[in-house]
Amino acid sequence: MEEPANAELAERRRRIARAFISALPHATALGMELTGIGAGRAVISMGYDPRFIGDPDTGVIHGGAVSALMDTCAGAAVMAHPSAPKGTATLDLRIDYMRPATPGQRITATADCYHVTRSVAFVRAVATDDDTSRPVAAATGAFTIERSS
Amino acid sequence: MKRPEPVQVIKQRRDTALQGLVARIPYIQFLGIQFDRRGDELTALLPYADKLIGNPMLPALHGGATAAFLEVAAIIELSWTALWEGMEGDTGVTPVVILPKTIDFSVDYLRTGLPRDAYARARVNRSGRRYASVHVEAWQDNRARPFAQATGHFLMPTPDV
Repeated sequence: MEEPANAELAERRRRIARAFISALPHATALGMELTGIGAGRAVISMGYDPRFIGDPDTGVIHGGAVSALMDTCAGAAVMAHPSAPKGTATLDLRIDYMRPATPGQRITATADCYHVTRSVAFVRAVATDDDTSRPVAAATGAFTIERSS
Repeated sequence: MKRPEPVQVIKQRRDTALQGLVARIPYIQFLGIQFDRRGDELTALLPYADKLIGNPMLPALHGGATAAFLEVAAIIELSWTALWEGMEGDTGVTPVVILPKTIDFSVDYLRTGLPRDAYARARVNRSGRRYASVHVEAWQDNRARPFAQATGHFLMPTPDV
């Protein structure tokens, strides 16, 4: 059976998950779906959409849309951290584009908030398409942490 | 000496080339990004839209929208530089633009993006045969107070493949 503190954290995470689906207009505009959330971890995916194409010659999604997915997913991972931040904002985010995402396929980002201090969170994220063995992009970022005082 | 071309002819050629470049990319249209041209200098413009908001409580622009805006400004600047050289150079032939590919992109968020129009200008710091390094800065009301900046590396298209 879950400890009350764990139940509280799990409920908090479910609340964040629900909020993410509807509350971020830009995430909604890009059709993002939160498919997993755990302690300092989040999984968000984005379906292929011709409106998000960055290279008309190949049909590959624009890097900016992948950035938005990575940023959202990283922010969600921070909010899902057991230290329960009140809010967060991106300080910096670096994205490495390892290969073009295959046109037509859904892109899924997984973010891991692997360390937090009182005021900063450090996050790693990776994005894949259907071929999960070869990542499309990887990201590292630092986020602010707002604590309730 | 050859007479200089009439100004309307020059302007039309340059604006057509720029529009041709920007109009082809669906994601630029999706975000509503426009470009203002003064000679060869470009300023990217991101008109405010509700769908760009990340945190509706503040409200603030989504970090991802800001990153995309910066990346678009960087890619267009790079492509435009190549286009300009072909169009205004000795050959006078407007080249077919193959877009550079982003290798990495690092965004620095300096302040909250406010719910209003944003502007960006990119500077190509180095552009070789294979690789290019571009810096880009975005601001809102005050040019001297950027709200985000980024540096990116790009793989330049090889025309012979």
